Amino acid sequence: MIHVENLTKYYNDFCAVDQINFNIKKGEILGLLGPNGAGKTTTLRMLTGYFMPTSGTIRVKDYLLDEHLIEIKKMMGYLPESAPLYHSMLVYDYLDYVAGIRGMDKGQRISRIRQLVDLCGLDDIMHRSINELSKGLNQRVGLAHAMMTDPEILILDEPTSGLDPNQIAEIRDIIRKIGKEKTVILSTHILSEVEATCNRVVIINKGKIVADDVTENLKQAAGQKYFIHLALLNAEFKDVQEQLGAIEGVRAVEKTPGAQGSDLGIRLECESAADLRETIYQTIKQTSWILIEFQQETKTLETVFRELTKED
Amino acid sequence: MQQMIRICKKELKDYFISPIAYIVISIFLLVTGWFFFTTFFYYNQADLRNFFDLLPITFSFLIPAITMRLFSEELNVGSYEMLATLPVTFTDILFGKFLAGVLFVAAALIPTLAYPICISFMGQIDWGPVTGGYIGAVLLGSAFVAVGLFASSLTRNQIIAFIVGMVICFTLALIDKMLLFFPRSMLGVIGYLGADYHFKNIAKGIVDSRDIIYFFSVVFIGLYSTHLVMQEKN
Repeated sequence: MIHVENLTKYYNDFCAVDQINFNIKKGEILGLLGPNGAGKTTTLRMLTGYFMPTSGTIRVKDYLLDEHLIEIKKMMGYLPESAPLYHSMLVYDYLDYVAGIRGMDKGQRISRIRQLVDLCGLDDIMHRSINELSKGLNQRVGLAHAMMTDPEILILDEPTSGLDPNQIAEIRDIIRKIGKEKTVILSTHILSEVEATCNRVVIINKGKIVADDVTENLKQAAGQKYFIHLALLNAEFKDVQEQLGAIEGVRAVEKTPGAQGSDLGIRLECESAADLRETIYQTIKQTSWILIEFQQETKTLETVFRELTKED
Repeated sequence: MQQMIRICKKELKDYFISPIAYIVISIFLLVTGWFFFTTFFYYNQADLRNFFDLLPITFSFLIPAITMRLFSEELNVGSYEMLATLPVTFTDILFGKFLAGVLFVAAALIPTLAYPICISFMGQIDWGPVTGGYIGAVLLGSAFVAVGLFASSLTRNQIIAFIVGMVICFTLALIDKMLLFFPRSMLGVIGYLGADYHFKNIAKGIVDSRDIIYFFSVVFIGLYSTHLVMQEKN
């Protein structure tokens, strides 16, 4: 559906997006994940034709973006970050205006707006002015804007930022509903969002793609190792490293800042094949160390994300 | 084309549902009406010369005030991103907004038609210069709207857009009154740049192609610069 090749964007000397490549298939919900300033919004803006790439090509279906911009825009619905709508307009007037610009005639406009009202839950606010709306309602109007012509491709930039948990759940429901038939690209820095809605994840950091895989695979990759946190009293790091490092399945022993001043914080990197907790406990029992904390870190996408986007 | 008309309608509607339109038009009518009628009866001449003479100056204030929001506000709120990603070309957006500005100027001029009509009851009015004056006023208005649009595309701040627009319009309106300060060899060129000079020619009732070309050039340069500025932003 969408093919991106060597896409690069410079702002003066700053390289915001650096030679990224990816493909999106029809019917996929792709999550674009990355820390703040990683280049997510820039990438999306180039996909929608709002920014011109410095180099590289974007192909949507068989159209090249810079040659058939209008055709591509017709297939696309885009919701920019925080949904900047015209403040002075009424919700109905705004949706009607967008429908008009998208070339719908009067009859189509009314029936489509009615459908969107049901889909996005806008019943009570159609007659209200946009500047009176709360953030969540504003976001829903933005979503209705993006879905006006029932586009094949939907691009959403941080669709749930600044919403309360109930609203987040609602918006995710809507996205999942749409994602059954459409191609959806959404950017976010919230990991649980990706787990909840997307079937594929692209992680970018500093303008480069650092991971691109199906959500399940990434989670499994994260599962290949796990961490155990310990806090010990009456122990020297050197001894700990020697003794615990000798256990089969422990890949590395690291020192971490302890919870209080006097204790020694330890992080063990373990292979996921075996549950080493018992062995570790037995080892510690045979020494004079005092164990005051023992915790296994749950393996999530978060671990992958943090490792891939860690500052050097 | 259809998109352009939609954008134009939306901008016009924005003017007329908020108080801006009414305030600006009232001020315009008060100022022009006052300056025109306070001296009108001394001259004892049935013409609109005083009204048209002042128009370049009043337009220099009035037009940047209505064009300042056209791009600045959208850039500031961010709604420009939503507009630009709809299936419209930049030309649609630009001409839509430009046309809305020109129609607004026309709407401000319509009530002033009451002046020549009143005067025609008092004396023998020569309709030639009056018609020329109104054609010139619309041309002058269009040129200033293009300049104002350009100023508005430069910044997210409406006040800065207003001031920049006003300065450029003012310069165009007054430059042929400041010829004194320029070397003799440049007088011809600079005199030609003055909007006031060309406007007065038309307002005399002489519609000369040179003056029309001048106003179209200003419109073209203004709109083209806006295009360049907005392209540079992306």
